[in-house]
Amino acid sequence: MYLKAENISFGYKKDNWILRNVNISLGSGEVLGLIGDSGSGKSTLCKILSGYETNYNGTVSLDGKKIPSGIYNPVQLIFQHPEKAVNPKWKMKDILNEGHIVSQELLESFGIKENWLNRWPNELSGGELQRFALARALGPGTKFLIADEITTMVDAITQAQIWESILNIVEELNIGVLVVSHDKNLINKLCHDVLHLSDINTG
Amino acid sequence: MTSNAEITVERTKGDEALLKVKDISLSFSQYTSGLRKTEIKVISNLSMEAYSGEVLAVVGSSGSGKSLLAHAILGILPSNAKLSGKMEYKGQELTQERKEKLRGNEIALIPQSVNYLDPLMRISDQVIGNVEKKSEKLMKELQRDIFHKYDLKSDVDRMFPHELSGGMARRVLVSTALMNSSKLVIADEPTPGLDEKNLNETLSYFRDMANKGCAVILITHDIEAALKISDKIAIFYAGTILEEANIEDFKNDGENLRHPYTRALWNALPQNKFQAIKGHQPMQDEVIDGCFFYERCSIRDEHCSKGTPQLKMINEGLVRCNNVS
Repeated sequence: MYLKAENISFGYKKDNWILRNVNISLGSGEVLGLIGDSGSGKSTLCKILSGYETNYNGTVSLDGKKIPSGIYNPVQLIFQHPEKAVNPKWKMKDILNEGHIVSQELLESFGIKENWLNRWPNELSGGELQRFALARALGPGTKFLIADEITTMVDAITQAQIWESILNIVEELNIGVLVVSHDKNLINKLCHDVLHLSDINTG
Repeated sequence: MTSNAEITVERTKGDEALLKVKDISLSFSQYTSGLRKTEIKVISNLSMEAYSGEVLAVVGSSGSGKSLLAHAILGILPSNAKLSGKMEYKGQELTQERKEKLRGNEIALIPQSVNYLDPLMRISDQVIGNVEKKSEKLMKELQRDIFHKYDLKSDVDRMFPHELSGGMARRVLVSTALMNSSKLVIADEPTPGLDEKNLNETLSYFRDMANKGCAVILITHDIEAALKISDKIAIFYAGTILEEANIEDFKNDGENLRHPYTRALWNALPQNKFQAIKGHQPMQDEVIDGCFFYERCSIRDEHCSKGTPQLKMINEGLVRCNNVS
């Protein structure tokens, strides 16, 4: 299965393009890195791929078909700040099972402890919340993960723990991952291939 | 300033520490449900020393309470905070009264982001701050000088914070510390989300300050950034500093590092082994008797679970561990 973005152009103002004719293709089971300077449009591209931003030119397709809206999106986005991606007034177990009932197996592979489920989001650290965000996004319908700087805010040990879990799971489930990061060392370690946004963006 | 500067580390060592922090603990009292009150301990038995001419990095994960250390030194904690222990600045005790006198002058804070600037005040006015009429002109000249050095053009003076780009904002924040010829500069997470070019530029500003004789405390979660410019690295874990290591100790497999946590952190970096140890940092409401790293430690023994290990000096570095020698 292929996630393809073709001729993507995006800008907030007329004649001021952030992205211009960007092409990107991600296959199932592939781990692809994306590097770019601050403000070069990495996060915008992530939002376009995962259906959060709809006001763009070009096409995003899954095996040549447009991704339907209004139903579970097979392309799931993980954010840099998990504390902003959870409802602060819900307990963790409700947040976790928001999209699908998360299996015990998945909880174990992310190292999510039983007693965390009864806590509020502000009672967990960023790294712990990020595990919940990942487990929540890995529903049965998920085919691609877009990871936008997801371990930038955690310490190196937590970063290694989280990526170890992700790599195992995506290999098992044959999920494609786009890894966005400033950290070249991390990208080199994780990814089969690396794209520089400045090379594919003519805007 | 060059944008992609090779960062040079010069060392001008003072004899005595400019700032000494001895065994401080910090807790907050909070109301949970109704009138029930609980104590949350965020910093416990933390000791460190900052020297003039040196950059000391305090490295720990986000949200672990590192910023509160900065707030404790500046005396800007909220009223429900309880601080114990001792701090000394220039050999004299740093009381709340003295903190209030020194902060903004000799002790400066460089905040994380442009959000800390007043959105309705012009840049030059807030960098200069509140000054007497007679020294106004002098300060204005000084500000222009510093801005010029950081490549901030004269139209920046009259801008508002929202008109600055990320890189410009960073330089403005650094300038505020230089205005008062501060002796101790505390930078709180100045680098997250910066690309390599901006990151190196920002870091070079701090190295520059230390080379001019300041003591710089760089609070960050990014150990790689810290390694680029620091002289010493203090490893912050679960509210305390487990080790204060010299920069040269971070090499190869980390065999020169003293604490097992520091070694694990080093080996978890993607450019090293990218190897994770199991477990999590203890939560702030967990009461731990003994070493904070006990649960995850590979070299623990039974007396590690009782009583906090003493701070020891080993190979010119400090460590809180029973089982190193």
